[in-house]
Amino acid sequence: MKHLSRRKLITTGLAATAGVTGLGVATHLAHKYGLVPPDGGGIYGPGETLTYAAQRLLTRHSLAREFSPVEISAKPLANELAPFSDEFKRFQADKFTDWRLAIDGLVDRPASFSVSQIKSYPSRSHITEIGCEEGWTYIAEWIGTPLSHVLDLVGVKPHAKYVVYFSIEPDWWESMDMADALHPQTLLTYGMNGDDLPVGFGGPLRMRLTRQIGYKNVKFVNRLTLTDNLKPFGKGTGGANSDGGYAWYAGI
Amino acid sequence: MATLGSAPTPVDASLPIASPAAVATTPAPRHSLLVRVTHWLFTLCFFALLVTGIEILISHPRFYWGETGNINMSPLFKIPIPSSRNLVPTGYGYVLPDQNGWSRYLHFQAAWLVVFTGLLYALHGFFSGHFRKRLLPGPEHLSRKNLSAAILSHLRFEPPAEAEAHSYNVLQRLAYAFAIFAMFPMMIWTGLAMSPAFTSAFPVTVTILGGHQSARTLHFLLTIAFVLFLFVHLLMIFLAGFFHRTRAMITGRVNNRADS
Repeated sequence: MKHLSRRKLITTGLAATAGVTGLGVATHLAHKYGLVPPDGGGIYGPGETLTYAAQRLLTRHSLAREFSPVEISAKPLANELAPFSDEFKRFQADKFTDWRLAIDGLVDRPASFSVSQIKSYPSRSHITEIGCEEGWTYIAEWIGTPLSHVLDLVGVKPHAKYVVYFSIEPDWWESMDMADALHPQTLLTYGMNGDDLPVGFGGPLRMRLTRQIGYKNVKFVNRLTLTDNLKPFGKGTGGANSDGGYAWYAGI
Repeated sequence: MATLGSAPTPVDASLPIASPAAVATTPAPRHSLLVRVTHWLFTLCFFALLVTGIEILISHPRFYWGETGNINMSPLFKIPIPSSRNLVPTGYGYVLPDQNGWSRYLHFQAAWLVVFTGLLYALHGFFSGHFRKRLLPGPEHLSRKNLSAAILSHLRFEPPAEAEAHSYNVLQRLAYAFAIFAMFPMMIWTGLAMSPAFTSAFPVTVTILGGHQSARTLHFLLTIAFVLFLFVHLLMIFLAGFFHRTRAMITGRVNNRADS
């Protein structure tokens, strides 16, 4: 009995040591391969890091499910919006002809693009489902230019790690890693279901990420910044939603 | 006198080496250390997942079947409660505060912990023979005579036989096995089937369920099943003797003698 207990004690000790060492090595590797999200500290850091790291390892190149035209929702739902700013209303009155998307930060050639310029680039459309973190969903055809195409035009510096994207409306911005930024389904979206993208759904320009949920799909986008550090933006968690207590990574 | 305080943590019970004199008289624990630790980790996760799940549910207390669902579509059923979103027509004149930020964080963190705990428990249960010997019902349990006797005794609310302090009866075995091998994996699966990233890598995990909203509805129905399981579990513990059953799950001990 006593020997058995000693053996048990030694095994437990070894297992604990292996566990702690393994955790240390895992943390080191996670940092090395960019698998720690910007909100990976704090009490929910372990869960967030596990989710982000696991999903990144499993889904770096996978495409979100695409549906057939008959599956497009007859009644898609535009979420509630705060009252538009005067600035937005001026663009709206002008049918967004002067709307521009500015790109700066870690790029070789900072530039700004009009919506018609963006529409002249190769387009991609996909019929995908968008879901809100509240639980509701709808399917629509999203038409736009792959973000990767526009990023190629401005020349992303090799050490850029995130694309920060801003809405014209105040306190509305998010960021994504390069895996999502270069993902073929990530679109600067200007059309929906064969038509222009309605204002309620984010027109004239919405960032559409297919593998993250609704709140990462910022509406009325007019500026992108490439960066290797999210700390200087807002409270430093990489988005208005994560600054407000939501997870930065929203793949689930 | 036996008190919970005499054996404050399960860890102590694992180390009989500390009091060699007691070793000779201490019987094998009712529940192994691993079963006891994982039981309380499951308990912790259960409540974290339940509370945060309810908070998330409140932001859209409507359920659908199929791929898509939103307030422009007719639901399969609604929960008649107020919502934390103005968007949802609940009939109540007010909107509850939004708790989804921390609820989602905690829900997923607790989900990871429950998965790791479940893996540890399952590996141990499989390799130690715990499942085969103590949890899964054998042919002798499943005889018509044994089954009907167990059902009748439960219907009469008879106090459990002494033997049941040491091993599970057939109804317990069936209920635990169903919760562990059917409800638990289905819960994790239906949860992951709602993740757009996870389903981009494994689309069949959601299509086989009938779509995103079906997965969400099943996730909710499984929650109801787990809550019912908890109620029955607690009721049975009260009927069998709350103090002794709970002590057995904390210290592993069944009778008072071992405490002296």
